[in-house]
Amino acid sequence: MQKTEHVQYNRAGQRVVSPDYLLFEAPREKQFMTGSEVVKEAVKRASVDASVSYPITPQSEAAHLIGELWVEGYVGVYFRGESEFGVMSEIAGCAMAGARTITTTSGPGTLRAMENFPMWAGSRLPIQLVLMARGVNAPLTIQPDNLEISFLLDTGCMIWHAETAQELFDMILAGFVVAEQPDVHVPLITAIDGFFISHTREAVMLPPDDIALPPYNPYKSPMVPLDMEMAPGRFLRDPYVMKSNYISYAAHTSWQFEVRAAIERSRPYAKHYLRGLIEEFGDPEAEIVFVASGTAAAQAKEATLMLLHEEGIKARVVRLKTIRPFPTQELIEALRGAKYVFVPEFNVIGWLEREVRRALYGNLDVPVIGSPRVAGGMTMPPEFIVKEILQFLGKEVKHVV
Amino acid sequence: MSYKIFKINEDLKEFMPQEVIDLEEKATWGNPKRGVMDLPYAKELIEEHSLCAGCPESAAFRYILASLPNPEDTIIVNSTGCTSLVFPHIALHTVHSLFGNQNAVASGIKRVLEWRFPDKVKDVVVLAGDGATVDIGLDMTLQSFFRQEKITTICFDNEVYANTGGQESGMTVKGHVFKMAPKGKQWDKVPMWQLAIDSGCHYVVRMTVSSPKKVEKVIKQAIYVAREVGPTYIHLYTPCILEIGLNSDDGLEEMRRTDKERFKFFEYMTDEAKEVIQRKKEEGLL
Ligand SMILES: Cc1ncc(C[n+]2csc(CCOP(=O)(O)OP(=O)(O)O)c2C)c(N)n1
Ligand code: SF4
Ligand SMILES: [Mg+2]
Repeated sequence: MQKTEHVQYNRAGQRVVSPDYLLFEAPREKQFMTGSEVVKEAVKRASVDASVSYPITPQSEAAHLIGELWVEGYVGVYFRGESEFGVMSEIAGCAMAGARTITTTSGPGTLRAMENFPMWAGSRLPIQLVLMARGVNAPLTIQPDNLEISFLLDTGCMIWHAETAQELFDMILAGFVVAEQPDVHVPLITAIDGFFISHTREAVMLPPDDIALPPYNPYKSPMVPLDMEMAPGRFLRDPYVMKSNYISYAAHTSWQFEVRAAIERSRPYAKHYLRGLIEEFGDPEAEIVFVASGTAAAQAKEATLMLLHEEGIKARVVRLKTIRPFPTQELIEALRGAKYVFVPEFNVIGWLEREVRRALYGNLDVPVIGSPRVAGGMTMPPEFIVKEILQFLGKEVKHVV
Repeated sequence: MSYKIFKINEDLKEFMPQEVIDLEEKATWGNPKRGVMDLPYAKELIEEHSLCAGCPESAAFRYILASLPNPEDTIIVNSTGCTSLVFPHIALHTVHSLFGNQNAVASGIKRVLEWRFPDKVKDVVVLAGDGATVDIGLDMTLQSFFRQEKITTICFDNEVYANTGGQESGMTVKGHVFKMAPKGKQWDKVPMWQLAIDSGCHYVVRMTVSSPKKVEKVIKQAIYVAREVGPTYIHLYTPCILEIGLNSDDGLEEMRRTDKERFKFFEYMTDEAKEVIQRKKEEGLL
């Protein structure tokens, strides 16, 4: 047990512990759960004030379960909004009024809500959006595909990409802590690949549920919470932003730079709470390297083992946990000595390949191959990845997928 | 909290602008009986406005802000439009987020404030144009009524998209020629006050802002009812003198004229609202 002088309880009656204790020190017990259930477990330990929901596959179940937490008294405010656009505005109102907030969406819901995301960032609201990625229409699809993440890259929100249900659990808790730092205070999108994580069961290690994160303190926010408990800030009273003159242009420009700078300032916190912005897997000497995030990284890891054991080919994986901020320096370091960089992805455009190319350009001269790439609900079995590598290397393909 | 948040540290007072010092010393705080009669004497909660000279929206703003029964605990939510240029001049917590989402944002704010401050009264008031309330934001306006959010929604109906240069809106009267309706509007003005009633509002008024005392009474009633019962809706005619070609001093006359026709005073209240209003009268607050 953690030694604290004053034992504090949150509004749900859970003992408040430090983020480090909750994430790294508290004893953990093994459970067998889906990603959706894991969202509930994380929210239950996060002293969440408010959540607003809307149905869309595959995130609906996670949203239902947050509703159960509201019934049980773990979440203060919960309701179903009228559409994702409405929901993302409602959750913004909740955050403006000083609440720790979380919501969830997927694919078409993300696109419906789009105008809200830069508004969240510009309003410096540390809302957490759990994004369970799925394809976008048309044609109608509900299958796994993470194209939507590319649309979110430049909204001014931080973006993290979890590989497993376990990581989703830890990221949700760490996410509130990082996003709410006074010098960060921007929204966080915690993404997973829908279905693969949301709907499959895996072993997860969970701390006890009678402890929770310290509650959010809105008075540490860089922006005044809208509760009339503090004098209105000069930001509200100086109307320069509204005027068509050079000062207003300069103000808007610097504000946009500031939002991006805030994302940059999240690096040391994210590094601590996520134990690094990247994970390296496989033989560090290997010259064939997969750079991937989310489920694609999990598949690449399996392919790495197959390549080694069945083909005698050494390969390794550099897995990116954060996409915004992008772990540029870590990636460059990790790719020294690489001969080929493969970027496996679950979307048609290869947004991660673009990101990797941009990060390496002028820094490291190594061929980047945007492959293998699947979309629209196709899976990416490790055999398929192995086949791509063998073909690329001009070797004989024994397995047929 | 209380108007004490406007108290200035004595040591810093000499550096503060006079308008901020006046807010502490001459504004009416902590007095639910404040009203438009204070206007000549008290410091107003609106500093300046950036609307066209003589725009009736500016009069509406002054009357509404002078009538808030609980300004020290009132949060104002607005939308994009001519009015959005005014909010930064208001000495209360105001928010502009997006065009049309004002009732959604207000719903979130109100629910969280009720939860964070169960023992305090925090009023949430929405102020937005007709385009914001009835066209692009209609879904969110009505859904907040369906959900029985305890907020007051005030629509500044100037029957046009004024801020973008005079385009037809759902509130434009049939036949009127505006931009994007070069042959004249083909369909009727939306009966928004009726939609508000059908969607569950407990107190609904349609009026012009020609009479300050009347505006005060309506604003107070709407806020008191929203606080205790559920959503309330006020539909104000604030003609866009620029787009209908009137002079700066013609706004009042235009409103007086329409007082007798399409903006004839209309008031609706449910029994629960009646009960609240009756009680507030007995308490001497109306
Ligand atoms: C999503 C979006 N669409 C369109 C606009 C452009 N826009 C800004 S103000 C405005 C008109 C507002 O009209 P109304 O709500 O009636 O207010 P008024 O200016 O007439 O007071 C429009 C169309 C916008 N800001 N955002
Ligand atoms: S354009 Fe019309 S509504 Fe806008 S400020 Fe001018 S007169 Fe008022
Ligand atoms: Mg208008």
